[in-house]
Amino acid sequence: MKHTLALLVVNQPGVMARIAGLYSRRGYNINSIAVGETEDPKVSRITLVVEAEAAHELEQITKQLYKLVDVIKISDITLDDSVERELALIKVKSSSANRSEILQIVDIFRAKIVDVSRSAVIIEVTGTQDKVEAIIALLKPFGLVEIARTGKVALVRSAVRA
Amino acid sequence: MKLTGAQILVECLKEEGVEVLFGYPGGKVLSIYDALYQDDFSHIINRHEQGAVHAADGYARATGRPGVCLATSGPGATNLVTGLATAYMDSVPVIAFTGQVPTTLLGRDTFQEADITGITMPITKHNYLVRDVADLPRVIKEAFHIATTGRPGPVLIDLPSDISDGKTRFRYPEKVSLPGYKPTYNGNFKQIKAMASALRKAEKPVLYVGGGTTISGAEQELLELAEKTQIPVVTTLMGMAAFPSSHRLALGMLGMHGTVAANYAVTECDLLVAIGARFDDRVTGKVETFAPQAKIVQIDIDPAEIGKNVPVDIPIVGDIKKVLTDLLPLVTPGDTGAWLAKTGAWKEKYALSYERNEKYIAPQEVLEILSELTKGEAIICTEVGQHQMWVAQYYQFTKARSFLTSGGLGTMGYGLPAAIGAQIGRPNQLVINVAGDGSLQMNIQELATIAAYRLPVKVILLNNSYLGMVRQWQEHFYAKRYAGTFLENPDFIKLAEAYGIKGFLLNEREKIKDVLAEALAVSGPVLVECRVNPEENVFPMVPPNGAINQMMGVMES
Repeated sequence: MKHTLALLVVNQPGVMARIAGLYSRRGYNINSIAVGETEDPKVSRITLVVEAEAAHELEQITKQLYKLVDVIKISDITLDDSVERELALIKVKSSSANRSEILQIVDIFRAKIVDVSRSAVIIEVTGTQDKVEAIIALLKPFGLVEIARTGKVALVRSAVRA
Repeated sequence: MKLTGAQILVECLKEEGVEVLFGYPGGKVLSIYDALYQDDFSHIINRHEQGAVHAADGYARATGRPGVCLATSGPGATNLVTGLATAYMDSVPVIAFTGQVPTTLLGRDTFQEADITGITMPITKHNYLVRDVADLPRVIKEAFHIATTGRPGPVLIDLPSDISDGKTRFRYPEKVSLPGYKPTYNGNFKQIKAMASALRKAEKPVLYVGGGTTISGAEQELLELAEKTQIPVVTTLMGMAAFPSSHRLALGMLGMHGTVAANYAVTECDLLVAIGARFDDRVTGKVETFAPQAKIVQIDIDPAEIGKNVPVDIPIVGDIKKVLTDLLPLVTPGDTGAWLAKTGAWKEKYALSYERNEKYIAPQEVLEILSELTKGEAIICTEVGQHQMWVAQYYQFTKARSFLTSGGLGTMGYGLPAAIGAQIGRPNQLVINVAGDGSLQMNIQELATIAAYRLPVKVILLNNSYLGMVRQWQEHFYAKRYAGTFLENPDFIKLAEAYGIKGFLLNEREKIKDVLAEALAVSGPVLVECRVNPEENVFPMVPPNGAINQMMGVMES
């Protein structure tokens, strides 16, 4: 099962390497990892999506992460009521003949076209991972040139929890 | 007044009460060495950086205080790797300083540059690359704090040469501020009560004692617990010296080369209390058959150890000494008479034994006599292999922090430099390194350090001209094909004497006691080469991934 972990870490060089290294060393899988500064410039927030079959496996992952001196807090927000978003840039082959059809899909998904050339467009889409997957699937028949995805970021809806 | 980074380092060491530094000079630590020289700071030059880090480790294990070592950049730093991994696996507080190329040249494959913080990330508790000399006092303060608190471990500080040369106003911070680092010391009282109740209800309980007991300094509390509750004690390799070997309740070591009594007791017990032990594969054998009927209690300061290998019924996160202190008033003497009769009968029936023959000296006999001559009071260091297991089996430990051995990583070449650190940390104690001929040669250059500082370390070399433990596995699991395990050795006596160390040759069984006694009486360092039975095996033995109550080589007495 996929779990979303929200980590608060000390914002300094090497933190990502420590987390990524721990994962590969202990044989865990990371699906995505997204990192950025928080409201406190000394602290970064990392959103990790990890694969863990059994409960004790996730427990081990969490405990091992906690052992890193730079990790301040870890929350498993998989089951929490949270806002989850991912941003993707999708470059799709496009000519004047099919541009309007692509535009329709873009509209339905409330995405944006952020670059247009004679042979391709770049679409920016934000949403849950399911939404991003869905638009990619619909755009696929036009010919995907390149995709860049941020990985999931998430915040729990209540204001008190991290 | 402003100080250089190198001077700050020396000042910080003094602030931390460090009395000695183990190290090896080189290009990128020249200013640090200059500062040490200026200050006349006590420094031991080992003959290899690996020797320095193991010596710092041995110092830490023997004294309970952090060991500190220093190496230059590049190869100096990479030579620390095995020692740091050794200390990490056995939770030893070591602080390693490494030189580094200046920050302006970092990442350019500069001469003698190695990314030592990257390399040591998985084998240190934490590490630092200092990029601003103003950070140095804080970093050193944090390093000592992290290395010595919670579950101890090695911390490395990488110092680019422009940081060592850079100047700043020095002020040593009084406190550390580490929002992500808060070890738990006090056990949850509800859990401690649950443990007390489990102890009361158990009919066949066992205390399974590991190295965490020693780290926590809880030997006295353990002894009280065992005696008050009348529960038998099994120990891991790392826990050997945490409980007196000759105690009535001691069943000896458990696991792969454990005693029959210990392994039977664990297999049959209804309550297993793990005290600072981590259910290592060498202890459990096949996990499914390990303590199959037992309710399991685990006390450990590291939450990640709880339930890592074996599911736990009553987990207690905390410092062993504190947890046992809280527990002791709650326990009552249990009715373990029938159980003690049973374990006692196993202990007697399957006492450790070996064959004595006229042709060869049995290494076990050498260790039995060594134990007798030293009354079990020496600090024993070992290398890794058969001799290490025989020490665990036959030396009758009586004192805390008296057994220094690489348990987790299994590092050959550990013992000799560790003995240096132990002897410097505890100058009035008899320090003995029991070695095999393979292991001793892995850091044999440290004989020069021993000679140069006139350290009265006694080396007992059990020479069988084999990598004995590997040969034993080849004998049993590879149809006696002894690939790469026969060693053509130098003349160890001449070698010792070349270093200025007195050598003794022991090759007659009748003379074991006399030669050992004579060697131990020498005030300086000695090397005793014992020519032992080349094909002696360590028994009992649990085949890899077997059930621990299914042992090979069991003899009944």
